[in-house]
Amino acid sequence: MAADRPSAGHVYPPTEIYEVSRAKIREFAEAIGAGSPAHVDPAAAEELGHAEVIAPATFPFLVVHRVSSRILNGPEWGLADASPVHTAQRIRPSRPVRAGDRLAVTLHVESVRRLAGRDVVQMRGEVRTEDGEHVVDTFMTFTAGGPDERKTG
Amino acid sequence: MAARIDYDTVSVGTELPPLTVPVTRSGLVRYAGAAGDFNPLHFSDRSAQQAGFPAAIAHGMLTMALAGQLVTEWSGDPASLCDFSVRFTKPVPVPDDGVGARLGLRGTVTEKLEGRRVRVALEVLCEGVKVLGSAQAVVQLN
Repeated sequence: MAADRPSAGHVYPPTEIYEVSRAKIREFAEAIGAGSPAHVDPAAAEELGHAEVIAPATFPFLVVHRVSSRILNGPEWGLADASPVHTAQRIRPSRPVRAGDRLAVTLHVESVRRLAGRDVVQMRGEVRTEDGEHVVDTFMTFTAGGPDERKTG
Repeated sequence: MAARIDYDTVSVGTELPPLTVPVTRSGLVRYAGAAGDFNPLHFSDRSAQQAGFPAAIAHGMLTMALAGQLVTEWSGDPASLCDFSVRFTKPVPVPDDGVGARLGLRGTVTEKLEGRRVRVALEVLCEGVKVLGSAQAVVQLN
């Protein structure tokens, strides 16, 4: 890992906007076998109290991963050759992601540790609409380098 | 859509209807495209074997998504997951043999919380091995 890597408390400011489409929600829901009509049918979503079709709970990771993988694999962290492995994930929504949402990700470095010769990086992806409404926090742990004892996907 | 679960009908120890979900190589490719995660560990046996796995492995986030499905199919509302966390502790190898892997998913209510919410402990097994650690969800019920 690069010697001058960012430490806990570092914040990467909000990214470009990611606009959520009905088609992307449908594609994602189908890929995980999510059968709820609220992912594809606005009327079914409305029955559950949502103004638009809603995404599955893990969908926001897709939006955050676009940002976090670029940063972790970039020169600042230098983890590309250390094969960062995703070892833990937490998702804490304020509300579900809806079609039409225009989302920006602020990435927070929560902690950086050395554990058994490996780098353990915890980040929080804070997802808000472009108007500032909080949608979800995703907490990700990545482990990189050291003895190759990868366990995960 | 499944009927939405009423908080008052649930107790500590209530078991969610279990699911068995096949995961195939084409399913991994499909998830990779949908999620925009093109790490070759998840479709290339060559890459996976270089990393010490017997075959391409499932995306951790796909396994997490399936565990989420277990919960929301029970609760009846895909927006009912309020706090959902897992550790990815073991790989899920998905051989390119037309069969793939088979995941067994189970969940048990472990705590009744304020605001008509419950905590559910989740277990995902692949060939009898637990592949997620500390997997749990706080779920909003009716």
